[in-house]
Amino acid sequence: MIKFLLLINKHGQICISKHYQHLEQEDRQRLEKELIGICLKRGNKKSSFLEYHDFILVYRCYLDLFFIAGITKDENEMAIYEFFHLILETLDKYFPKLSEVDIQFNLDKVHMILDEMIINGNIVETSPARILAPIELLDAAKR
Amino acid sequence: MPAVKGDGMRGLAVFISDIRNCKSKEAEIKRINKELANIRSKFKGDKTLDGYQKKKYVCKLLFIFLLGHDIDFGHMEAVNLLSSNKYTEKQIGYLFISVLIGAGSDLMKLVIQAIRNDLTSRNPVHITLALQCVANIGSRDMAEALGSEIPRLLVSGDTIDAVKQSAALTLLRLLRTSPDVISMGEWTSRVIHLLNDQHMGVVTSATSLIEALVKKNPEEYKGCVSLAVSRLSRIVTSSYTDLQDYTYYFVPAPWLSVKLLRLLQNYPPPEDPAVRTRLTECLETILNKAQEPPKSKKVQHSNAKNAVLFEAINLIIHMDSDPNLLVRACNQLGQFLQHRETNLRYLALESMCLLATSEFSHEAVKKHQETVITALKTERDVSVRQRAVDLLYAMCDRTNAEEIVGEMLEYLETADYSIREEMVLKVAILAEKYAVDYTWYVDVILNLIRIAGDYVSEEVWYRVIQIVINRDDVQGYAAKTVFEALQASACHENMVKVGGYILGEFGNLIAGDPRSSPIVQFQLLHSKYHLCSPATRGLLLSTYIKFVNLFPEIRTQIQEILRSNNNLRNSDVELQQRSIEYLQLSNIASTDVLATVLEEMPPFPERESSILAKLKKKKPSTISEPEQAKEQIKLPQAQISNNIEPLTIPTQGESSTDDGFEQTPASTGSVDLLGLGTPTSSSAPAIGGGDAGILLDVFEALGSGNPSTNATPNGLDANGLTMGAEENFRKFICKNNGVLFENDLLQVGVKSEYRQNLGRAKHVGSFVEGGAQVQQMFNAECLQEFTEAPVFTIQYLYSGTQQKITLKLPVTVNKFLEASQMDSSIFFQRWKALSQPSQESQRIFKAKFPMDTEQAKAKIIGFGLSCLDGIDPNPDNFVSAAILHTSNQQVGCLVRLEPNKQAQMYRLTVRASRDKVAKILCDLLEIQF
Repeated sequence: MIKFLLLINKHGQICISKHYQHLEQEDRQRLEKELIGICLKRGNKKSSFLEYHDFILVYRCYLDLFFIAGITKDENEMAIYEFFHLILETLDKYFPKLSEVDIQFNLDKVHMILDEMIINGNIVETSPARILAPIELLDAAKR
Repeated sequence: MPAVKGDGMRGLAVFISDIRNCKSKEAEIKRINKELANIRSKFKGDKTLDGYQKKKYVCKLLFIFLLGHDIDFGHMEAVNLLSSNKYTEKQIGYLFISVLIGAGSDLMKLVIQAIRNDLTSRNPVHITLALQCVANIGSRDMAEALGSEIPRLLVSGDTIDAVKQSAALTLLRLLRTSPDVISMGEWTSRVIHLLNDQHMGVVTSATSLIEALVKKNPEEYKGCVSLAVSRLSRIVTSSYTDLQDYTYYFVPAPWLSVKLLRLLQNYPPPEDPAVRTRLTECLETILNKAQEPPKSKKVQHSNAKNAVLFEAINLIIHMDSDPNLLVRACNQLGQFLQHRETNLRYLALESMCLLATSEFSHEAVKKHQETVITALKTERDVSVRQRAVDLLYAMCDRTNAEEIVGEMLEYLETADYSIREEMVLKVAILAEKYAVDYTWYVDVILNLIRIAGDYVSEEVWYRVIQIVINRDDVQGYAAKTVFEALQASACHENMVKVGGYILGEFGNLIAGDPRSSPIVQFQLLHSKYHLCSPATRGLLLSTYIKFVNLFPEIRTQIQEILRSNNNLRNSDVELQQRSIEYLQLSNIASTDVLATVLEEMPPFPERESSILAKLKKKKPSTISEPEQAKEQIKLPQAQISNNIEPLTIPTQGESSTDDGFEQTPASTGSVDLLGLGTPTSSSAPAIGGGDAGILLDVFEALGSGNPSTNATPNGLDANGLTMGAEENFRKFICKNNGVLFENDLLQVGVKSEYRQNLGRAKHVGSFVEGGAQVQQMFNAECLQEFTEAPVFTIQYLYSGTQQKITLKLPVTVNKFLEASQMDSSIFFQRWKALSQPSQESQRIFKAKFPMDTEQAKAKIIGFGLSCLDGIDPNPDNFVSAAILHTSNQQVGCLVRLEPNKQAQMYRLTVRASRDKVAKILCDLLEIQF
C-alpha cells in the first residue's frame, strides 16, 4: 500500500501531504523534511526508487512539481511511479494549464481528486473521467 | 490573481494571495493570526451564520492548518456543516473532519450520527462522502456503529458503482483497525464475485479488499483465484479500445492488472488445469508484449507496460514451477540490465535477485554475471549499486564464488560508506559458505579487515578464529598469513586482534622460520600494543602468556613487559589484573601446569554462523539466502532471536583456593570469544587472583542440540527440565513478571511484554551474594499456535563444578492474545459461527484452587482474555473473548467457564476460529483453576 503521498513545489514547500498511516505530527514533519531533502538532492538522473528504512521511496519530478510517495515492499514501484503521472494528467484535465499555484489555491479540490483516486493507501480509480465526475457535478451545482 | 476554481469564495482567494505574498515567516504568522481572530469573532458573534459563511470560514481554517499551523477551534462549526443539504457545504465539513478530528474527539458521536444519516440517505454522492470520511478516520467507534451497514452497501444489488468502490476500501480500513468488530457474515461469500463486476473501478477497489481478506484466511477465499485469472485474461487480451478510459497510453488497465497479479501471489499455482493454462497464457502474453514494438513512443506507455511486466515476473517467481516462464523472465530482465533508464536497471536487478533463488532459473541468472559486475563498477547511483551487490550475493554458488568474492572485495575499496558494513558481512558469508580451500577463506577475511577494517564487526573476526581453531589444515597457513599482514606499518586493530589470537594459539607452527622466530613474533605484536584499545591489549596479554608456554625461551622478555609499570599499575582494572595474574602464573607454575593451563583451545561446537543472523537483522526483508531460504527451523514455533552475550562476573566467592589457578584453564582472550562457544569446562576462563571466578553464559539451546559434554545431571525432571521449573512456569501463564527459578545460588527473574504477535522477555539472573544482576533479552514472534515453550539453559561454574539449569522460557500461546469487548448479540452470533467440532474444546474438571470469583476473574484477565459481563444469563459464569495474534493470521477465541461450587467442579469451553487453538488454550486454562 501507499503509506503517504507528498506534492512538493520546486522550492521544497509542501503543497499536499497525505498520510495513510497514522504518524505523530512531529514525526511526520521530521520525515517530510528529510525526504524532501533526499529527493531534491537526488534529482532526475538517479533511480526514482530508493530503499528508506522499512519502506520504499518512489519519487518523480516535473518542472515545478515533485511527487514523493512511501510504499510498502509488496507494492509495485513502477506502477506507483506511473500513477503519479496519472494524478498529474487528471489534475491537468481539471485545471487547464496546471501549475503549482492552482494546487495552492484549490487545496480542497485537489484533496477531493486525490480522495477519489486513493483511499487508505490503495488505488481506487484510474479513469480520469470518473475521478472528475463528482467534482464536476459539484461545480455544475454551484453555477 | 489566479482564480479559485468553482464557486469563487472571494474572501478565501484574497486571503490565500495575501499569504503567498508574505515576504517572511513572521509576516505570514501575523496575517494568519489576524485571520484567526476574525474567524473566532465571527463564530462567537451573536449573528447566526448561514451555511455559506460557515463553509467559508471552515475552509479558511482548513487552509491555515494545511499550511502547517495549529487550529484549536471551528470543529463544532465543521460538524454542523455535515448536516447541511448542500453538497459543497457537506463536502468541506467532511474534509475538515477527516483532516483535523482525531478518533478520540468528543465530537465523534455527532460525526458518526451525521455519517449514519448520510449512509441511509438515497443520495449516492452523500453516501460516498460519508464513506470516505469513515475510510479516513476508521476509528473503533465507527466500526462498532457502522460495521454492519457498510458490508450491506458493498454487496447489495442496487448500490451504484461509485458507492461500492468506496464501500470496499472503507471496509478494508475498518477490518484493519478493528478486525473483531466487523462481523464476517454472509457478505464474505459474495465479495469475491465483485471481481466479475462490470465496472473496472469496482474491481480495482474490491481487489484490495479481497487481498486483505485472503491474507487473513486464504482457504475461505480460494474461489477468487479462478475469478482473478479470468478477469486478468480478459484484460490482457482486450484491445486497447475495449476498456476505454481504463486504457492508459494503450496499456489496458495497468493498475488493475498489477493488483490482480499480486492477489494471485497469495496462492500456490492453481490446481485446476484449465485455470492454470489460462494463467500461463496470460503470463506469456504479457512477456510477449514486452517484445513487441511499442504502440507509442511515450514513456508513459512503456512505464505502464513494464509495471505489469514486473508484477507478472514476480508472480512467475512466486509460483516457481514453470521453467520455461522463469527462463523467459530472466532473459527479459537481462535486457533491462542494459537499458538506458536507471529505473529499469534498478528494478531488473531487484527482480533478478529473486530469480536467482529459484533452482530453475539460477543458472540463467548466472549468465548475466558480467553485466552485473559492470553495473557494480559503473552505476552512478548508490541505490542501484546496492541492488547489484544483493544480486551478486544471491547468484553466488560454488562455481563462481571465487570470482564474485574477488569482485566484491575489489569494489569494497571504493564502495560507499553506507553499504560497506553490509558488504563485509556478505563477503564473509559467501567466503565461508563456498570455501573449498580454507586458505582462500582466511585470505578473504584478512583482506576484508585490511580493506574495510572499521566495518568488520565482531561476528566476522570471531568467526574466522572459530574456523581456524576447528580446522587444523589451515592453522599453519593462517599463522603465516596474519604474521605477514601484521608487517604493514599501519594495520587495523581488528587485524591485531586476529593476529594476536592466532599467533597465541599457532605461532609455534611458523616459529621454525628465522624470519618469524618467537622473539620476532612477539616484538611484532608488541609494536602494536600501545596503539590499541584496552580490550585488544587484554587479548594481547593473553597471547603473551600463551607464548610463555609455547616459547619458554622468550619468557624473560615477556615477564619484563608484564612487570612494566604501564601494565602492572595500569588504571584499567582488567589489564592490571591480567598482568598480575599472568606474571604470577609464569613465575610459579611448573612447565607441566603451564602446559595444561595454557593448552590449545578446544574446537568450538559447530553452529550456524552468527554473521548471517547479523545480516538478517540489518536488512530483514531483502536478504535472500542462497540455499537456506526455505528451510527455516520452526521448532518450537515461537521464534527466538537471541543476542548471545557472554557475561563474566567475578564475585567475591567463598571458594577461594590457595593458588587460585586450579580452575582457570587456558583460554587466551576467550573472554572476547565466548559468544561463539558453548563453555565446556576446559574453556571457561575468568581468572580470579585468589578469588573464584564464576562465568555465566546464558546461551540459546533451541534445537541446536549442544549436548554439553560434562553437565552434571543435577536434578532434572522427566522433561529434562530442572526440578521445580515446571510449577513456576505454570504461574507465568497468567502473569508476565516474576521469579522463574530460584535456588541457593541463583535466582532467575523474568520481565516480559507482549504486543500482538511480538513479545520480549527479559531475564534477570542474580546472585545471592553481592546481588549482582545480569540481563538477557529475548525477542519472540508468534508465527502460529504452539504448545511447547522454548527451552533454555543456563550454565555456570561454581566452586569449580559445572552447574546447569534447564528452564522453559515462560512464553505460552496466550501471551499473544488480545482481549476484546463485545455485546451479547455479537458474542452469541460468533459463538454459533464456530460450531465445527474441531473448533471447540471442552473440559470438565475438579477445582484445584479455592473457587473465588474475584481471583478467577483476575486469572482470566491475566491470561489475556476479557471478562464480559451481562452475556451469560448465569452471573457466576465467566464469558470472554480475545484475538490471538500470529504472524500469519488472527484467530478469534471465545471462552466460557462455568463454576459449580457445590460439586467443586468447573466446565470450560473454548471455541476458536482455527483448529487446535481451542485445545491449546483449554490445556493452558485448565491448570489455572
